[in-house]
Amino acid sequence: MARYRCPGCGHVYDEQRGNPHEGFPPGTRWAQVPDDWACPDCAVRDKADFVPAPGDD
Amino acid sequence: MSRAPIPAAPAVAYRDDKRHWWWLPLFVAISPVLGIALTASTGQAAWLWLTPLLWYLVLPIADALVGRDRRNPPDAVVPTLESDRYYKFLVYASVPLFYVTWIVAAWALATQHYDWIGYLGVSLAVALTNGLALVVGHEIGHKTNRFEKRLAQIVLAVPAYGHFSAEHNRGHHKDVATPDDPASSRFGESLYAFVLREIPGALGRAWHDERQRLARSGKGPWSLSNELLQSFAITAVLYGGALAVWGAVLLPFLLISTFWGWQFLSTSNYIEHYGLLRQRLPDGRFERCRPEHSWNADHVISNLMLYHLQRHSDHHARPTRCYQVLRSDRAPELPSGYPLCFTLAYFPPLWRAVMDPRVLAVYGGDVTRVNIQPSKRARILARYGAGQPGAAGG
Ligand SMILES: [Zn+2]
Repeated sequence: MARYRCPGCGHVYDEQRGNPHEGFPPGTRWAQVPDDWACPDCAVRDKADFVPAPGDD
Repeated sequence: MSRAPIPAAPAVAYRDDKRHWWWLPLFVAISPVLGIALTASTGQAAWLWLTPLLWYLVLPIADALVGRDRRNPPDAVVPTLESDRYYKFLVYASVPLFYVTWIVAAWALATQHYDWIGYLGVSLAVALTNGLALVVGHEIGHKTNRFEKRLAQIVLAVPAYGHFSAEHNRGHHKDVATPDDPASSRFGESLYAFVLREIPGALGRAWHDERQRLARSGKGPWSLSNELLQSFAITAVLYGGALAVWGAVLLPFLLISTFWGWQFLSTSNYIEHYGLLRQRLPDGRFERCRPEHSWNADHVISNLMLYHLQRHSDHHARPTRCYQVLRSDRAPELPSGYPLCFTLAYFPPLWRAVMDPRVLAVYGGDVTRVNIQPSKRARILARYGAGQPGAAGG
């Protein structure tokens, strides 16, 4: 399970936790997140801008 | 607290000059009640116009007298300033005031027998506090925790604009200063044309995005989880309750305060990005939103009333940043604070005479880089010297 971070605001998408509010249940892979999905915190960056984040919490 | 003898600790010495001034918007939020109380105690119905006069007359004069403030908190103190609960408390504390003002105004209109001028004054006063409720909903709707998102839904229910958070955060911030953003105005577009495009466009986009979000969880749009409908439900209880208790005498009030409150938001949006355009990159995406894609006004007094909303470039660069640390940017400048700009925008020829040259100046006179109203494109290109027949049409 990997994590991806918004380079603008630091929001992290964690595959293990998903983002149920956005409709991604725990375990939803990054590849399954739609390409036009924008960062839910800042909306300044899109999925394509996210960078891999270190896996440990 | 031990005192640090090291000179490299300016953070300790920094004092926020505006700290106590952030009570001002709370005073404005309750000012219609003050007007009603003063009318009751003095018999002078002119007090019912206190809030509209404050916005349309006192604030422009105060902006002109006090002027601009370009100072920013030093980077080193920003985290401390941002985590100071005092600033959050002030915003939270304003939320119930909008309800108090709305309910007291409804009560007064139903029971105090004002003439139509007084009735109009109270309705416009509440329209303006509804506009301020939208500014508060904007500030807390950008925060990332569930509590503040909920509070935004609650405060946005007063102006009947519960779709604002969804529309603004997921829509406007993503599409700002692009031709199809219903909340970014175009060069040559009058305020009235813009309002008619923005209000339905914003609702449509919010509904579309919320529907998409719910669909990912396998839910339809008519679900209890629909955050637009949750806020609209509060509005229905408030407005329906007032009508049930006080009757049809409130209908003009509901219409004026709601639509003129929406106008407050639309006019803000109109002046915030007028004519500015993010250029398209070779890969088809728009360039990232930068400071030159928003208009700014560093006027002290109106900024205090609007939680630094007029430092708009920094807000778009860092949307989750709290109001007290928003920075003055090197960015396009409006001729005055929002209150006077509103009045300019109400008169389209006046607005265009003041603003069109400023838009062109942002682009070094190159009108092809401006966000132009499509129906006026050919005429505008011709007028500003880019009117090659058949070129850059659309
Ligand atoms: Zn982000």
